[in-house]
Amino acid sequence: MASASANVDKKTLWGGGYEPLKASYGKLMMWFFLLSDALSFSGLLVTYGFSRFSHPTFDFAAGKEFFFSVGHWPVPELVFTHIPFFHVNAPLVFVGIMTFILILSSVTMVLAVEAGHRNDKNDVVKWMLWTILGGIAFLSCQAWEWTIFITGTPEGLTLADGTVLKGASLAANEYGPVLFADLFFFITGFHGTHVLSGVIINIIVTYNAAIGTYHRVGHYEMVEKVGLYWHFVDLVWVFVFTFFYLV
Amino acid sequence: MGHAHHGEDIALQVLPKDTAKIRTIWITTAILAGLTAVEFILAFAMSAGTMKTLWFVLLTFAKTFYIVGEFMHLKYEVKTLIWCIVLPTMFIMWFILAMLMEGDSIHLLREWVLTWAR
Repeated sequence: MASASANVDKKTLWGGGYEPLKASYGKLMMWFFLLSDALSFSGLLVTYGFSRFSHPTFDFAAGKEFFFSVGHWPVPELVFTHIPFFHVNAPLVFVGIMTFILILSSVTMVLAVEAGHRNDKNDVVKWMLWTILGGIAFLSCQAWEWTIFITGTPEGLTLADGTVLKGASLAANEYGPVLFADLFFFITGFHGTHVLSGVIINIIVTYNAAIGTYHRVGHYEMVEKVGLYWHFVDLVWVFVFTFFYLV
Repeated sequence: MGHAHHGEDIALQVLPKDTAKIRTIWITTAILAGLTAVEFILAFAMSAGTMKTLWFVLLTFAKTFYIVGEFMHLKYEVKTLIWCIVLPTMFIMWFILAMLMEGDSIHLLREWVLTWAR
């Protein structure tokens, strides 16, 4: 009877029986890893919320025009107002485009997973390549965003003692308290590192799919596992978009 | 027994496209794009305040539901697995609330100290 099946006896894969949660070992561990990663990102975003709440905010009620100062927390949408190649004041447009790019790359990833369920090697490779392209496009946008933020405005910010702050770094920030810049670099940087590693893993999986590794193994579960990771990275950006840029 | 495992022997059958599933994927995409567009409009249409923040949080949770439920397929997993992932995030909710209150309290204390110092 066992000789009829080319598969290993599935009970030997799990000491405790056949797939307790009806998910394979690899997928289950990916889920638990993502849960712990969600806690890491929560730590960073909660730190942002904590810092924002413990700093003075600009009082719009007084009818004044908003200005940048190290004394109060900036309004994020007034910090990120550029679009590459266009000299216009367009708050949130560039970051909105980045969000769409990441959502679309998530869609091409689900399509790759769907193709994997059908054992369709060519479709898997095609959709994975689109996903990689989306990831690279997102990272390029982020590099641009960082460059603009680090360079700062032509005028900079003149402090009371006459020092001029230009741009943002981990030690100085012309847009507001130093913590705002620090958390921008840490949160988008940690997320960007995830996207970068996701792109690298996607390239490896695409290569393996193209040379027929998963065809020989008999299933495309690896595509599902990297898919889970990629969607998670997209999800984190949804949260960064809301809690860093919008609120 | 079962060790005659030569990968090359397996000829994987390419199955036809699951059109219903692909349709769900594109509908989910449209919903996610739509929700993001609404957030974008609200960012300019509403003035800053609790209501605006509340809308953003609600829309973000809606997007989370579609990404995790549909794209990550969690909706279709067994109940125990769903709860294994969802329940621990409750601790995050507590974490957010506790730290925001703590931050607000520190802000008030700082203001109070500044007023008192004058």
